[in-house]
Formats: sequence, structure tokens, C-alpha cells
Amino acid sequence: MSDNGILRVVARFLIPLIMLFGLYIQFHGEYSPGGGFQAGVVFAAGWILFALIYGLEDALKVIPQRAMYVLAAAGVLLYAAVGLLGVAMGGRYLDFYPLLDSPHAAQQLGIITVEFGVGVTVATVVMLIFTMFARRKSEWKAILEEGDEET
Amino acid sequence: MVAVAIVRVRDLFAAAMLFAIYSLLSAALFTVLDAGDVALTEAAVGAGISTILVLAVLALARRFEHPTGGHNLLALAVVFITGAVLIYATLDLPEYGLPDNPAQVHVGPHYIEHSYSDMGVPNMVAAVLASYRSIDTMGEAFVIFTAGLAVFALLSVRPRRREAGIVPRRPPRDSEDSDQGDKADE
Repeated sequence: MSDNGILRVVARFLIPLIMLFGLYIQFHGEYSPGGGFQAGVVFAAGWILFALIYGLEDALKVIPQRAMYVLAAAGVLLYAAVGLLGVAMGGRYLDFYPLLDSPHAAQQLGIITVEFGVGVTVATVVMLIFTMFARRKSEWKAILEEGDEET
Repeated sequence: MVAVAIVRVRDLFAAAMLFAIYSLLSAALFTVLDAGDVALTEAAVGAGISTILVLAVLALARRFEHPTGGHNLLALAVVFITGAVLIYATLDLPEYGLPDNPAQVHVGPHYIEHSYSDMGVPNMVAAVLASYRSIDTMGEAFVIFTAGLAVFALLSVRPRRREAGIVPRRPPRDSEDSDQGDKADE
């Protein structure tokens, strides 16, 4: 698919817009529809489009698989850590009020951080699942060629 | 109508595309119902990501469904009875949008009245999800993470040739031979 000029040009134009929109619904989530789940999925969709057009290997150079493992775990851990931080500062688990003095600012800080954690996890897990399935095919092909040589 | 087409069609590629259309129509329905967050999720996850993942799986599997012989009348009967019971149950539901429905008198008014003064966050959905129901949302995030772990656990092992000597043949694009050893990975 990578030799199709139209696809390449359109994708080059679209991918930044998709990723920008993903970031927009991530960080504008308290004002308009959106949030971590949607943003993560949209962001991952941009990356998957890149992988479909330019090939999986190039896409894995942008975000290596090891980074996906780390980020997927880091997202949920960030969420849990914000909860524990609330406990450490004298509140209940996932209570955002103790984080800052002003109650509104504290809530907004908590919500934004937590949604960011969700977004990171969702985006990297979706990318990871796609990578796993896409890579499976090439692994399978390698096995087949091995088998052909042996027989 | 799209759902019936999905069930009828034997070409799995077409079925995946029809599923995407179905999700997009659902997203449009949610938009009509003023549920912007749900519509966004449905459009992104249902029409986008799940279609891509199904296509990625289709690259591994065969394109056409096995023809199943005959019809399972018992299953048909069960489906019809369950559907009829569910439709009968909807007759008991209160009319859509009445002010004294349980959805309008339970915790809803509390959220509507207090979420802005509590949080200063205009999008009530975000306030409920991330703050009032924060532990639920953390559970969801862990579910996503677990799904990633499960796929990783299943697919990170390199495929091996079967012990019994059956070569895991890559199924041909759209011919009907090769019945054994086609899809099972391990």
C-alpha cells in the first residue's frame, strides 16, 4: 500500500490533524464532549493509519513496542498514584480536594491528570493490540517459509 | 436492517464493513439523543478501532465463512422467545422523558445541581466519570490494560509448527480447500 501516492499525500495531511484532534478531546474534555478513552482511541487511530500506509516497521520506529508496554502500565499507575496522593495528603482514596487549596482547581487538576492516565493507557493498549495482530502475519509467513525449506 | 445484512452475509470482509456502518449509525442515534460523549466513543471505538482490529484478524483468517448446513430450529425458537419477552418487558417501562422517571429523580438532579459548584467543570459527564465515579473509571482503565495484557499473553509467543506434523498453512485467499490446521495458532 505504501507506493500509492494519493494515499501517502492524504495520510501525510490527515495524520497530524487526527493526532491534534485526539489531543484536543483529551485536554478539552472538561468543556466539550471527550475524555481519556475517546482521546486515546483517536490518537491511536492516527498512529495505526501511519502504520497502514508507511508500514509497521516505520511506525514502530516512532513508538517502539517497549515504550508501549511501559506507557500502558504507566497510565493506570498514574491514575492509581493520584488516588494514593489524595490519601497521603489527608483525604480518601481518589479524593481530589486535598491536592490544592482551591477546591475547583484541585478537582480540575485531579480530573485532568486522571484522564491523561486513561488516555495514555488506552492509546498504547490499542496500538499494542494492533501491533500484535499485524506482526502475527509476518511471523506466520516466516514459519511457512521455514516449513517449505524443510519439506 | 444493517444487522440482518451482517447475519446474512458470508463474506467476512463485508461483514466487518457492515459492522462499521452499524456503529456509525448508532453514533448518529446517540448524537440525536444529545449524548455527545457516547457518540464520540461509539464513532471512534466502534466504527474505527474495532473495525481495524477485525481487519487485522481477517488478514490472518480466511475471508469466507464456512457454510453451515441447515438451520438450528431450537436456537431460532430461543431467540424469538427471548426477544418477545424483552419486548413485553419494555411495555412496563415508563414513558421516555417523563419528569418523574427513576432516571430523573435518583442521583441525576444532585449531579446536575452540584457538579459545577463542586468542580467548576462545565462538562458534567467528565465530572461524573473522573471525580464522582472515579474508582469505576479506574476499574475501566484497568480492564483496558488487562485486555492488552491478554492479547500480549496470547500472541507474543511465536507460532510453532504442530507436533503432529500438520503445517499451519496460511489459508488461501478465497478458495475452499485446506480444512485441517487452518486457524488454530498453537
